[in-house]
Amino acid sequence: MTKPNLAVDVAGIRMKNPVTTASGTFGFGSEYAPFVDLNRLGAIVVKGTTLLPRQGNPLPRIVETPAGILNAIGLQNPGVNHFIEVALPYLRQFDLPVIVNIAGDTVEDYATLAARLDEVPGVAGLEVNISCPNVKKGGLAFGADPDSAAAVVRAVKGATRLPVVVKLSPNVTSIVRLAEAVVEAGADALSMINTLLGMAIDIRRRRPALANVMGGLSGPAIRPVAVRAVWQVYQALKVPIVGMGGIVTAEDALEFIMAGATAVAVGTANFINPRATTDIIEGIERFLVEEGVSDIQELIGAAHM
Amino acid sequence: MAVDIPAEVVQQEQVGPGLYRLSLYAPQITRSAVPGQFVYIRCTDNLDPLLRRPISIHGVNRERGELFLLYQVVGRGTALLAARRRGERLGVMGPLGRGFTLQAPGQRVVLVGGGIGVAPLVFLGQVLVQRNNQVCLLVGARSADQLPVGKEGYTAPFELAVATDDGSCGHHGPVTDLLEKILAGEGADMVYACGPRGMLHQTALLLARYDVPGEFSLEERMGCGVGACLSCVCKTAGKGGEPLQYRRVCVEGPVFPADQLVWD
Repeated sequence: MTKPNLAVDVAGIRMKNPVTTASGTFGFGSEYAPFVDLNRLGAIVVKGTTLLPRQGNPLPRIVETPAGILNAIGLQNPGVNHFIEVALPYLRQFDLPVIVNIAGDTVEDYATLAARLDEVPGVAGLEVNISCPNVKKGGLAFGADPDSAAAVVRAVKGATRLPVVVKLSPNVTSIVRLAEAVVEAGADALSMINTLLGMAIDIRRRRPALANVMGGLSGPAIRPVAVRAVWQVYQALKVPIVGMGGIVTAEDALEFIMAGATAVAVGTANFINPRATTDIIEGIERFLVEEGVSDIQELIGAAHM
Repeated sequence: MAVDIPAEVVQQEQVGPGLYRLSLYAPQITRSAVPGQFVYIRCTDNLDPLLRRPISIHGVNRERGELFLLYQVVGRGTALLAARRRGERLGVMGPLGRGFTLQAPGQRVVLVGGGIGVAPLVFLGQVLVQRNNQVCLLVGARSADQLPVGKEGYTAPFELAVATDDGSCGHHGPVTDLLEKILAGEGADMVYACGPRGMLHQTALLLARYDVPGEFSLEERMGCGVGACLSCVCKTAGKGGEPLQYRRVCVEGPVFPADQLVWD
């Protein structure tokens, strides 16, 4: 059998395979370059970027939970200018689409970021982060309310010609309602899910384990929630979905694809296995060969009746 | 260049209550490892606990390709690590982080280790002695049986002084008492320290008082170990009134100049 086709297209972002990185878990790429050939990735979604540099939250920022981690980084990043001047030129050496995750305190921040990145060669798309649970302003404040989420998406769409992927939070009553609102406002694709709001207590200190009290839960512990969210939104809407949440193996990634994801993002697994992304790409290819599937497209949403 | 390899356990030896010395066959790591760097180890092949554990490099035998780690069991991850036996393979990333700045030959250096913090200082002391530095290692522990220096540390060719909180071995009191005596007496050209935060803070105050430069190796909870996740940051201030900033212990550290660290 000839090699199966792994290429996918997410709202105009052409990926040679369906595997990308989850924002905040892969830095700006250079951090993992000693371990992974970045050219092999379908795309890279970089660390959340804001207009101005951000300090982030106090320590401790991370705590382990059963098959997962809670984090409260608070969007520490060097700002969009640093990204454009330092991180992006590095990434341009590689043959992979760069998707920039953007976050703001106000609707205007998002529009300004989108406009700033629109002029920059080498940016393939934007991921709009309206679902970070760890920042006081912006973040989840936008992502938990369909009207606010739609307002952010309209502002971003009005400021850029780039494909706009909107990252949804699971910390809502109905993720389908939220998805409908942002798609109606112009979202070209959705990525889901961001972390689940969670908390842990240090019983010796009798205090919350994280300085920020609450944090975002990620890792294998959240995978069933994420697969469900992808399934529900795929059922309701015709929009490309980048699925993520606890993907560690190719089998996990295939669950998301069969639930309706066009592509998948690997997050926390990078911390355990720095080659998780490429191991997953190889595993998906192997599965396709074993199952006699010539094109990954055949599997997108395949679990739906 | 850091690698991620399956490293075989050569020896696992208990050297005290909850203290273990692990030797791994990892020539790709020992080739370039320098004192102060660390490795990031998968303690189990399962997904719970999920994260790797950062452990400082205690020594290397480059001819045999062996990497030595001295660690304390503090939770489930290190307990699982302690249960790994000769012949088993562990996922090991390394060498990671920035190590200590080595002093020019002939200088007198003091190493201050609190508890398991002594682990990277033994490697550092060995390298400094090879470079003809005059080295004194001060070790602090709660009690005599908690002294974390393995056999290798005791036979190392440098001066050694011990302090215990309960007085069961050496000086009765904090290890920083020993440091102060040296700084007030013969003095030191450089002080390297690793240990609990309180001990490092006291050491920083002494260095400022006696105007001696120092470098500290920090420990922090880590996510990725390579600088991507920003979990393990520490608060630093540059010289000359630069603003406070969070810097990543895993890549900008774990070793930082003592006068750049902010203690609050």
